[in-house]
Amino acid sequence: MTARERAAGTVANYVDERTGAAKWLKKNLTKVFPDHWSFMLGEIALYSFIILLLSGTFLTFWFDPSQREVLYQGDYQPLSGIKMSAAYASTLHISFDIRGGLLMRQIHHWAALLFMAAIVVHLLRVFFTGAFRKPREFNWIIGVGLLTLGIVEGFLGYSLPDDLLSGTGIRIAEAIIQAMPIVGSYIAFFAFDGLFPGEAFIPRIFTVHVLLLPGIFLALITAHLMLVWYQKHTQYPGPGRTEKNIVGYPLMPVYMAKAGGFFFIVFGVTAFLSAVASINPIWLYGPYTPAQVSAGSQPDWYMGWLDGLVRMFPPIETHAFGHTLSWNILIPGVIIPGILFTGMALYPFIESWITGDKREHHLLDRPRNVPNRTALGVMALTFTTVALLNGGNDIIAIQFNLSINQIMWFSRIGILVLPPIAFVITKRICLSLQRADRDLVLHGRETGRLLRLPHGEFVEVHEPISPERAWTLTQHEQPNPLVLNPVDDHGVRRPGTLLNKLRARMSRAATEQVAKPNGEDLKEIEHH
Amino acid sequence: MKRLSHYRRHRFAGPVLLLFALFMVGTTFSVATASTRQSSSVLSRSTSIAEGQQIFLKGCSSCHGLNAEGTKIAPSLIGVGAASVDFQVGTGRMPMADMSVQAMRKKPAYNADQVAALAAYVASLAPGPAIPGGEILNYERDGSTAQGGELFRTNCAMCHNFAAQGGALSQGKSAPSLMGVTPTQIYEAMITGPQSMPVFSDKIITPAEKLSIIKWIKAAETEPSLGGASLGRVGPVTEGLLGWTLGLGLLIGVAVWLATKAR
Amino acid sequence: MSQEIERLTDPGLPEHVHRKADSDPVAAKRAERQVAILFGLSAIGTILFIVSYIYIPLNIFVFLPILGSTNAHQLFLGLGLTFSMFFIGIGAIQWAKTLMPDNEVIAERHEFRSADEDRSDFIATVKERAGAAGLGRRSLIKRSLGLSLGLVGLSPLLLLRDLGPLPGKQLETTNWASGVRLVTDPGNRPIKPSDLEVGAVAQVLPQLPAGQERTLNSIAKDALLLIRLRPEDFQLSPERLSWTHEGIIAFSKICTHMGCAVALYEQQTKHLLCPCHQSTFDVPRAAKLIFGPAARPLPQLAITVDSEGYLVAKQGFTEPVGPSFWERSS
Repeated sequence: MTARERAAGTVANYVDERTGAAKWLKKNLTKVFPDHWSFMLGEIALYSFIILLLSGTFLTFWFDPSQREVLYQGDYQPLSGIKMSAAYASTLHISFDIRGGLLMRQIHHWAALLFMAAIVVHLLRVFFTGAFRKPREFNWIIGVGLLTLGIVEGFLGYSLPDDLLSGTGIRIAEAIIQAMPIVGSYIAFFAFDGLFPGEAFIPRIFTVHVLLLPGIFLALITAHLMLVWYQKHTQYPGPGRTEKNIVGYPLMPVYMAKAGGFFFIVFGVTAFLSAVASINPIWLYGPYTPAQVSAGSQPDWYMGWLDGLVRMFPPIETHAFGHTLSWNILIPGVIIPGILFTGMALYPFIESWITGDKREHHLLDRPRNVPNRTALGVMALTFTTVALLNGGNDIIAIQFNLSINQIMWFSRIGILVLPPIAFVITKRICLSLQRADRDLVLHGRETGRLLRLPHGEFVEVHEPISPERAWTLTQHEQPNPLVLNPVDDHGVRRPGTLLNKLRARMSRAATEQVAKPNGEDLKEIEHH
Repeated sequence: MKRLSHYRRHRFAGPVLLLFALFMVGTTFSVATASTRQSSSVLSRSTSIAEGQQIFLKGCSSCHGLNAEGTKIAPSLIGVGAASVDFQVGTGRMPMADMSVQAMRKKPAYNADQVAALAAYVASLAPGPAIPGGEILNYERDGSTAQGGELFRTNCAMCHNFAAQGGALSQGKSAPSLMGVTPTQIYEAMITGPQSMPVFSDKIITPAEKLSIIKWIKAAETEPSLGGASLGRVGPVTEGLLGWTLGLGLLIGVAVWLATKAR
Repeated sequence: MSQEIERLTDPGLPEHVHRKADSDPVAAKRAERQVAILFGLSAIGTILFIVSYIYIPLNIFVFLPILGSTNAHQLFLGLGLTFSMFFIGIGAIQWAKTLMPDNEVIAERHEFRSADEDRSDFIATVKERAGAAGLGRRSLIKRSLGLSLGLVGLSPLLLLRDLGPLPGKQLETTNWASGVRLVTDPGNRPIKPSDLEVGAVAQVLPQLPAGQERTLNSIAKDALLLIRLRPEDFQLSPERLSWTHEGIIAFSKICTHMGCAVALYEQQTKHLLCPCHQSTFDVPRAAKLIFGPAARPLPQLAITVDSEGYLVAKQGFTEPVGPSFWERSS
């Protein structure tokens, strides 16, 4: 026993004698994690969040969340003597006078962009591989909640410096609040302590941004991780991997080193972006006043798709009985995002209702083997991408010499037409990939080697694939469509005939497959 | 060839081919659309009104009319003044290359003397704004950067963007970037209101305030990047793009390396 | 459930392939050195960070390709941090990959559903405990508890009441009224019609009584755009035409869609464009909407001149300015 091993033993003893945690710790330190790059996407989000906490705390040491008017007395000539809010002035102070202040501001903002981007790609990974299925529905819902809160938190964060760009964003947020029926102007007056912009809004959202939302985040992230821990991670299908086991590396030491190391990587990449690329240069925007605006006023990307929807919506407003309802704000700004996020949160339940599958799943789907779900995901992605592009239509117009009006019309039509097309194309692609898998299993892979047969014909040599590969390509289930007779097994009429028909119809669509090869097929091939 | 076909099955073969194809398409496109150089006609030195009239008759009258009275396709130039001619011809916007959307800044078709002659001719038709210059344009001495910034944000930023990088207008028109525009040209644009741009009269924005605006634009032009690459100074769109490509790309790259087995 | 056919057989976990460093001490030593070098790079990064923090002043700029002229303090501080963080991470992962055991481990999973016995026990316990509380029998308690719990939720909502005043008529009023002078923004100079040429614009605010400070709240409602056209260009109703003065027309600059400043005037087409959501208004037709999401034209302010010849408002706005709200009646 070396000295180091003795020391480790002493520590373990010390902890155990005070907590009795030896058994629990032993079990958890040897916990197995499967290794795959796509399982690190959620970790990018987690680590970005830690970076956000650290850099955000640093920024609060100097930031003055007040809309009190001050005259700028600092060294930055182009703003010298200009009236501005204390919030804006203190952000200038952090950027210009605090060593490392600008770096930290940029780290905070870049980490926020990466946080949201990582959440989105993590969510896409979970969706396309079916990791949200039973028993992980709760975690899916927590994830959707984190995404929603992240959008709000990000918006509040970049609104704090009270610059011309973010002030324009707050103005728009106020217009959305004000547009709500019946209570709109009341809530707006409560939120802003009177008229827009007032002097109360930034101090208030500061508290929400640095205290309330991060607290909720911490709680939700903890729950999210505890569920992952307790339910054990999902794994991709492959030889030796079943619904009953989990194959990977133990937490200590391999996964600890990898995951711990990855935190430093995320921090390093964020620091790199912050060192070489400017982000949110608020001193160029100028302080906010309602009479000014800049060309190309955009929100950050995670709000961009909402802005794009608002831009493309037709000018519809109802004026009746002395009241006004702004559909042009409510539908793209509240109703459509509401439907999208609710639908997303409920998706695991909708899918299990359609397929009738109530079993636990720990093996992930290959996206091609679930064409309907994959196509639905690509469809939703197409919708938001068109909206996001339209949110940057003025920048796209000037960079590529296009017309704003053309882009707008493209988006208006595209947002209705492209998602269904994307659905159909994706589904076709999935099915042909299934066909390719089938061919691969039955006929082997093309080697690119040509062979000349005695009678002069050229053929390409096919090589059989390994049994491991063949297993990976064929291990999945191919469920049959649900049969929903109008009368159930006990001879009782099922209620809701229409709903049943819809369910059966969707189940048929969801089970459209290219038959995977089975043992019979292979034997037959071998005979030839 | 044999080596190539060996790499055909490499796991990076797809992405590399895609990149290559994109590069080829881009290059071909840019070669195909490269504009032919403008050849500037050579004319003798002269600043007289008569010389200007000659140039006008050759180069401008087909659109603006023989007496600059305007036609259906081009406005009258009577009363626009020397400043307008100096701006439009001096920045290469006139003569117009294609009449579809708006006149773009390009290499001027006439040299400085010819522009001066043209300006003198047009100015002789009716009084109009003169070319500002000399002592009037001493913006370094008479302007204030901070005041100019405030004026710029109120009067100019909605079209030209917060950092004078230009912005989109409706129907494919655009407000140009103000980087590299001479103080004279900026001043001329404000008093003559070329194309989509409105006029900023001297009583609304005083000459001193105009100098402040110029001083601010010049400061913006030379302003170094404080936080690294400026990303075009167009706001969050390019930032989001970089975050998704470079930022997330690097992280996913490391994640892929992390999850592969060592040999 | 599934069309169960004869499946291929699971060949099981592939055989473990040993790494070079597992068997070759030289390779293992090399891997150890690599990791050490990576950690060393991180240390160098930290030194760069410290040196940059202390010795590079905030006002030094260096020129770099792609980045352009950039602040040296910020750049080297950032790169130092990048190196110190990034290489710790790379080193740790390289260590895990090359030197830590890379045998894949198999752990069992268990179904989350408890054994049927436990479940029925649990349900029975819940039923029994709930019965002991007697909630089912004592409906008076149940109802009154429900009522009081529902009411409890009201108090935090009520506490939020004093966040702000009631809107009253504040969204519908501005500082514009009969005789209020139009002054330039910024500058606060009164304007004569002759100050504006055809094709000229002016950003305008109301002149405030002496001693009154201009607040952002008032700017957010009062901001005005003044445009001079040729009088023959107008296509206005006689009433609206009487609101103009010698070809000068005044609009609220606050967009009727979401409140951005609509001041992007295209002189040739006489269109006003909002840079936020691209609503486009046609100035000669009283800012009628011709493109984009805004549902109403920009409110027009009636203007005239006072005895000294300065532009003044003939009357206040006849409709609320800015974005729509529920109480808005037109």
